[in-house]
Parts: sequence; C-alpha cells; structure tokens
Amino acid sequence: MSSTATQPRDPNQDLRESLESAVVRFAGDSGDGMQLTGGRFTQATALAGNDLSTFPDFPAEIRAPVGTTYGVSSFQINFGARVIRTAGDAVDMLVAMNPAALTVELDKLKRGGVVALDTGAFNERSLRKAGFDDDPLESGLLDPYRVIAIDMTKLTMDAVADSGISKKEGQRCKNMWALGFVSWMFARDLRPTIDWLSGKFKDKPSIAEANIAALKAGHAFAETAEMPDGISGFSIGAASIAPGLYRTVTGSEAMAWGLATAGQLAKTPIMFGSYPITPASPLLHVLAGLKAQGVTTFQAEDEIAAVCAAIGASYAGSIGVTSSSGPGIALKTEAIGLAISTELPLVIVNSQRAGPSTGLPTKTEQSDLYQAVYGRNADSPLCVIASRSPGDCFEVAIEAVRIAVTYMTPVMVLTDGYIANAAEPWLIPDMNDIEPIIIKKRTDPKGFHPFVRDPGTLARAWAVPGTPGLEHRIGGIEKGYSNGHISYDPANHQKMTDARHDKINGIAKSYAPQKPEAGLENGTLAVVGWGSTYGPISRAVANCLDEGHAVSHIHLRYIWPLAKNLDDLLSGFDRVLVPEMNTGQLRTLLRAELLVDAIGLNKVEGQPFKIAEIEAAIKKHCER
Amino acid sequence: MNVVTPIERSAKDFATDQDVRWCPGCGDYAILKAMQNALAALNADPANTVFVSGIGCAARFPYYVATYGFHTIHGRAPAVATGVKLANPDLDVWVVGGDGDMLSIGGNHLIHALRRNVDLNILMFNNEIYGLTKGQYSPTSRVGTKSPSTPKGSVDAPLHAASLALGAGARFVARSIDRMQKHLPDVFKRAHAHTGASFVEIFQNCIVYNDGVFDDFAEKNAIPDHTIALEHGQPMTFGADRHKGLVLNMKTLALDIVTIGQNGVTESDILIHDEANKTLATLLAQMESPAMPVALGVLYCDPALAYDDAISKDRINSEMQPHGTMNDLLRCGHTWTVE
Repeated sequence: MSSTATQPRDPNQDLRESLESAVVRFAGDSGDGMQLTGGRFTQATALAGNDLSTFPDFPAEIRAPVGTTYGVSSFQINFGARVIRTAGDAVDMLVAMNPAALTVELDKLKRGGVVALDTGAFNERSLRKAGFDDDPLESGLLDPYRVIAIDMTKLTMDAVADSGISKKEGQRCKNMWALGFVSWMFARDLRPTIDWLSGKFKDKPSIAEANIAALKAGHAFAETAEMPDGISGFSIGAASIAPGLYRTVTGSEAMAWGLATAGQLAKTPIMFGSYPITPASPLLHVLAGLKAQGVTTFQAEDEIAAVCAAIGASYAGSIGVTSSSGPGIALKTEAIGLAISTELPLVIVNSQRAGPSTGLPTKTEQSDLYQAVYGRNADSPLCVIASRSPGDCFEVAIEAVRIAVTYMTPVMVLTDGYIANAAEPWLIPDMNDIEPIIIKKRTDPKGFHPFVRDPGTLARAWAVPGTPGLEHRIGGIEKGYSNGHISYDPANHQKMTDARHDKINGIAKSYAPQKPEAGLENGTLAVVGWGSTYGPISRAVANCLDEGHAVSHIHLRYIWPLAKNLDDLLSGFDRVLVPEMNTGQLRTLLRAELLVDAIGLNKVEGQPFKIAEIEAAIKKHCER
Repeated sequence: MNVVTPIERSAKDFATDQDVRWCPGCGDYAILKAMQNALAALNADPANTVFVSGIGCAARFPYYVATYGFHTIHGRAPAVATGVKLANPDLDVWVVGGDGDMLSIGGNHLIHALRRNVDLNILMFNNEIYGLTKGQYSPTSRVGTKSPSTPKGSVDAPLHAASLALGAGARFVARSIDRMQKHLPDVFKRAHAHTGASFVEIFQNCIVYNDGVFDDFAEKNAIPDHTIALEHGQPMTFGADRHKGLVLNMKTLALDIVTIGQNGVTESDILIHDEANKTLATLLAQMESPAMPVALGVLYCDPALAYDDAISKDRINSEMQPHGTMNDLLRCGHTWTVE
C-alpha cells in the first residue's frame, strides 16, 4: 500500500489552533491497548506528512493488576511541521484512560495542556487504587490544565451495541474510541486505521466492525461535541521532508532489515541465534520473517547457545549474528572470547536496558559501554559501534557486518531499548546505492594455514569446512603465528596478542574522518554523544547555536576503536561535555584514550534526556 | 559425464601431524584409533567432515583427526555444532566431549541438541572423573568417589547418560567401551548412518585419576558375563557361551536374567531386541553392573525428521515466496511518497 502524503479535507480547518509541533501521550492500563493505539496514530501522522518521533514507555509486567500505577502503559509521540528530534520534553495532550494513568503521567503535561479523561473509569475504587483521596476532577488538581472529561467507556459501549460482541470485547474497543477522538483533535485521517483494523480482524468481522464503529464514534463525538475551554482542535502543517518513498520504522525493524540487507550485499546467508530477552526480542521476531531474504533464525536454549550457534555458523561460512540485552551479553562473554581468539566474524547486537542485573527491563539506558569495550577476560579487543536512531540502525547493521567479515572479528552493536521500540519516518534506501560487501573465502591450499593474514587488514583467512585441501583445526588455545597450530610459546603469545590488537586498531583506518553534526570544528564547547542521545543533543545544540553559542555537536558511531582524528577535533574546543544515560562511561573512555578533561552530564532514570536538560548544561559550560 | 573414482582412504589418512598429548595408556587413544578406522571404512571425505569439541581431555580429539576441527569452549560444543549444521547441513558433524563437558557445564546444550534432533553424531567419553583439572569427581562419578574435591567420598547421586539422552528425546542411543576395537567402530558407523542426533556413550578408562573404574564389566575377562552386546532382531543373550538371557518380569516390569536350560527356560523365552522400542531401550539403559549386564551397542534407533532438515525445507519453501530481495521487501506494506 502506498499513498501520497496529504492532509485530509477538513471543514474545521479555520477554527483549529495552528501548532508547529505537538506532543501527545496515550496512557492507560497495560491491557488497554495503548501501544497499539499509539502505533496507529503514528501511522496516520506519518501519512499526514509530519515528521515524528515516538517513545513507547511500558511496564515489565504483561498485565499488571487493573488500575494500579505500576500497570500504566504509555505511548508518547512528538510530531510536527518541522524536523522532530525527540519524543518531546513535555506533553501537549494527555489521554488518560483511568485514574492511575492520570496520577502517573500528569507531571509530564505542560501547564495549559489538554488532558482527556475517560470518566467511565473513574470511581471510588479506581481512584483509591491510584492513590487519590479526592476526585481530581473536583479537587482543583487539574485547574492548570484544559480538561476534557468524557465517559469514553459508555460512549464506546453505545457505539458497539449493534456489533453483536460481548461486553468484555466491547469494552476493549475504547482505545479505538480514544484514537478516533484524538484523530479529530489533530485532523488525522481515519482511513489507514480502518484499513488496518479490517485486515487485522479479517477472520473476526464483528470485532473489526466494533472497533471501526468505536473509532468513528470517537471522531464524530469530537467533531460535534461542545468542548470546554474553547478547544477547537489543532492543525499541524506538513513538515519539509526530503522527497521520496517513506515508511515508519522502529529500531528493531531497521536493525533486522539492515542485517538481512548486509547478507544480500555480501551474497552470504545470515544465521541469527538468539534467546528471548526484553527489549531485544523484537529483532528476533522481525528476522524470523525474513527466511526468503536469506536469514535463518535459531531460538536457542539459552544466551550461550545462541552465540555459540552463531559462531558455529560463521565457522561454517554464514554470517553469524546474535543479540541480547546486557545480562544476556554477559552470559555470551566467554563465547565472544572464542570468536576473538579464533578470529571469526560475528555480530553481537546489544539492546541496552537499565541495570545492573535485571534492573528496569523495559526502560532505556546506555550503561553497557564498558561491558562492550572492556568486559572480557584477557586482552580481547573487538570493534564496538553504536546506532543513534531507529533509522540509523539500518546503516549500522550493514557497517557491523562489513567490519566483521572484512576484519574477521566480532563486532558489538550498541543500541538501546528506546531506539529498539521508537518509530520514525524513514526514507527507504535503495540497495543498489549501497556498496557491496566483498567476502573473500579462501580456496587455495597453496601456502595455507588458518592464521595466514591479509597484510592490509591483518584479517586471517576464512577457510570454510567443505573446502577441499584446507582441512585444519582451530580452537580457543593460542595458535602459532606462523602455522596456526597449538602454541604455548611465550614469544608467540606476545606476537598473537599484538596482532589481534593491531588488527582491531587498524579498523579505524577504514572510517571517514569524524566531523561535527552541527557547529564548527572548533569553539567553546564540544558536546560529544553516542547512541540514542542523538535526538536531544542535536536539538539542544541547534537551539544554542541559534542563540549564538560557540557549541558543536559531535556524535560517535565508532566507540572502539575511536576515529583517528577525534583527538585533533576535540583539541579545537575549550571544553568537552559528554551527556550519557549512564554514570560517565564514554567520558571515562575519552579521558583514558585522549587525555581530554571531559565533563559529564549523566542521567539514569530509565527515560531519555529532555532537550531542556542538555540545553541548560550547554549554556552553563559555554558561559562559565 | 565425469566418472569420479572413489578415493580409498586408510586410518592413517585421518591422522594429523600433531603429537597426541594424552597420558600414555589413556583410553582416548583407543577411541581415536577406532574413529580413524571407522572414517576409513566409511571412506569419509575429510573436507566435508567436522569434529567439534568442548573442553577437557576428550575435547582435544579434533586436533588429532585430519578433517576440519573446532575446539570450542567448555560444554558448548553441541551448540556450536548446531550452528555449523544450520549454516551447512551437508557437512558430517561429530561432537566430542567428556562426562563433565557434556553432562555438567554443557548439560543444557546436550539435552536440547538431542530433543531438537540436530543431525550430529555426539560422542560422550565417560570416565567418571574430571581429568584435565586433575581428578575432581564428575556428574557420573558413583557415590563415595574419593577425589581432591571430595576427600571423604562424594555424596551426590550420579547421572545416567543413556537414560538422560532417552529422556531428552534422543532418537539414537548407543554404547561401547574404549577397548572394544571391533565393536566401537561399528557403533560409530551406526551413529553416522543415523540421520538426526546420535548419542554414543563410550566407557573410557582414565589411567591416572580413575583407573579401572569400569573393570567390573569392561575388563577384558569381565566383558562376556557383565555386558550384553545388543543386536536388533536377535534374542538378548550374553555370557561366554551365550547361555544367559534377558526376560521381562511381569510383576516388577523390570528385566531379569535367566539361564537357558534352567527352570525350563529356552531361547524362545528370551526377549528379542527391538531398536525402535523406547520402553525396552529405557529398561536396557538402566541396567547396571554388577546386578545386571551393561547394555552395549545400539539401545535405541527410531529416526525422525532432523532439525536442520526441517529448517532447510522451511528455507526452500520461503525462497519460493515473493519479495526475495530486501529492496522489494522494504517497499511492501504501508509506504507513502513525499513529493
């Protein structure tokens, strides 16, 4: 299905309040379907031609007890007529499906913002569960906001009365009622959602009909009801976006598609071994559907088997890939050492989450940088690269495969829970524009031994079982530099350790020089980021540049080895600020490697940075 | 048409140029010799044969076989080998490990490789001890085993490898003894012929840390009376003159030993071995010396679709679907054009 982005015809256009961008947050019980509602609103918003960024924010429990604060599941979307970098600092419109959602989310709503409530879910019991002593509709708590209180539950039941579905099924349609309501508020077209519902429930027509009826009823209600506080809907123009064919993409999708594309670019199958873990599992789910594109997925019995199977596949000539989150990566560590020692290609995707241990499984953090760079026994270098946004995962996945097969090395890809789940519009790339990945498997027995190295990359030969004349034995025991046999010789171990070290360091020769994303190559302050802080840093730096500050944004894809010119680049600034969702891991690495007196801006609240937080830090360090 | 002349190979062709570093007199030498003989008899293609091992004395095996070999990490060989088969199902893959490697640190991978029925020949060298770490008791050590880590004797019950394999859903379970140089290569050939996971337990003598632990049944003179060499379709008799046999005790639902010619027992009363009978295999696996003869040969063989074959089929079916290139796939579903 392809369509051209246009605003639907809207008779209310003149009365609508015009906004450059808006942040909407849907919040309800984990069983209320808020993630699905947000996803459909995202799709309709992309089709309306806005740029956007989303933030699904949900609990680790699948269905926490109804009405509890810890069971609140939310989905935030920032969309606008301008380039959108983050899911938004503060919320313009909050949809709260019950009192718990209101109590958890209200502090994110701007003063003067709109809060839409389902009063059908407000009763003595649910208020008590949410910790309200008084009814917030009467207590004055909501005075700073514009309140739309509607009995969505009843109106939904009225709308689905003729669908012939059960009461329980009927109540489950209230998220579609809310979506219809919000769709009118922002002049979103219902058509994409109706088409989607018809497709999803094509075997259950009465459910499809009920959901569509609820969606339309919510929309009609908003259109005809008298709204309080003079609310007459909002209009947001189309953003100026590069022309081309688009789709929305989450980080997990882009990573999966990037890996599959890399396999096709390398004309080599991808073998993905994985074990379910939040928030990495969606990558397994997407890749499992790509068999026809050359991907084999293997859901292993544990994290260790997942990485070991990937290593076995690489040994046998496929591109082995594994993925997990921090705790699972820890389990894979010994096997990663084997891949380092046997110099086999391997891609390890780490969807970071807040820790230590189980930590906050569904909340984001960037605290596995030390683990990626340093977290192994012995001198065990590998390459570490990081993705900055959902769409960037596509390029990073291809880059990871390219490095892994070119240098015969494991490559750790750092993404995080936020990137994995967040969605953004994505200009669909053309594979034909991407450089092919050249794989040179060894076939010539003349002068062969398994650790004979390419003089340029120092990569060893990839000699795959099934190749006549190249039969050889490798393993985790140290190998002789000159023959690949087991060697306990002290001088040889020094030589092999140096070779592994030099090989990984040499990867930096293949990078394009590091350049600032914004700002000049010298100035007062360099803001150095990596990973998903890209959005808030880039907006904060842009705002500060507008105000005349001599600040630049430098964002690292290559964490290890670092870009060769990074030292020179940073020396052009008086100060270096490193915002990170950890306690200062890149900062420590930069200090250790470049002897730069980097300043940290650190936050570990399981939530992405707000633009304002980074902006304040930039101003403080520019003006001091 | 090219006529390919089959290359005849000898056991020597499967020996590498590396010095074998097991202790003199170790049972592993005998197993290596049996394997080299079996590979020669099978005329195995060295380019297409892979030995994958974990860690331990047994796991050094791949270094001494002139095929492809991958000496991996402790316990994980079945998982690595699964990846090898998923990447290239045409390879002949042997997995080698000891009782610590396969049943302790790698127990999880073993049971899952078996229940998935990955087409691997899994050889477990059981010496009831940790050799390479200098003699600690292992998960197959009998209660009371004195070792550096159990100076007063171990107190925990051992695992029975064959029972575990059957319980995990293995479709092929066999046993032999390191010194049985005729029997062992035949068991290897049977494991090789079986499609799906083949599990072979080999009683292997550790001459340094557990010497003679199997002597009650594996010592040369004990073998006839204390083991039973199973043959499919044949009555299960044993003893030097095969005058003893196994019958099912209907009261206890267990196997009993009877003597042909005593109490009116004739050969027709003896149970016939049926490799496809899992109940029988389970009873045979449980027989322990000295009360019962130890069952050797193929206890169970009942093939089913191998995991890697199922995955390959799935892959071939998928390749017939549209949207083979990523360029096509990325343009499927909900897209829109910005002008």
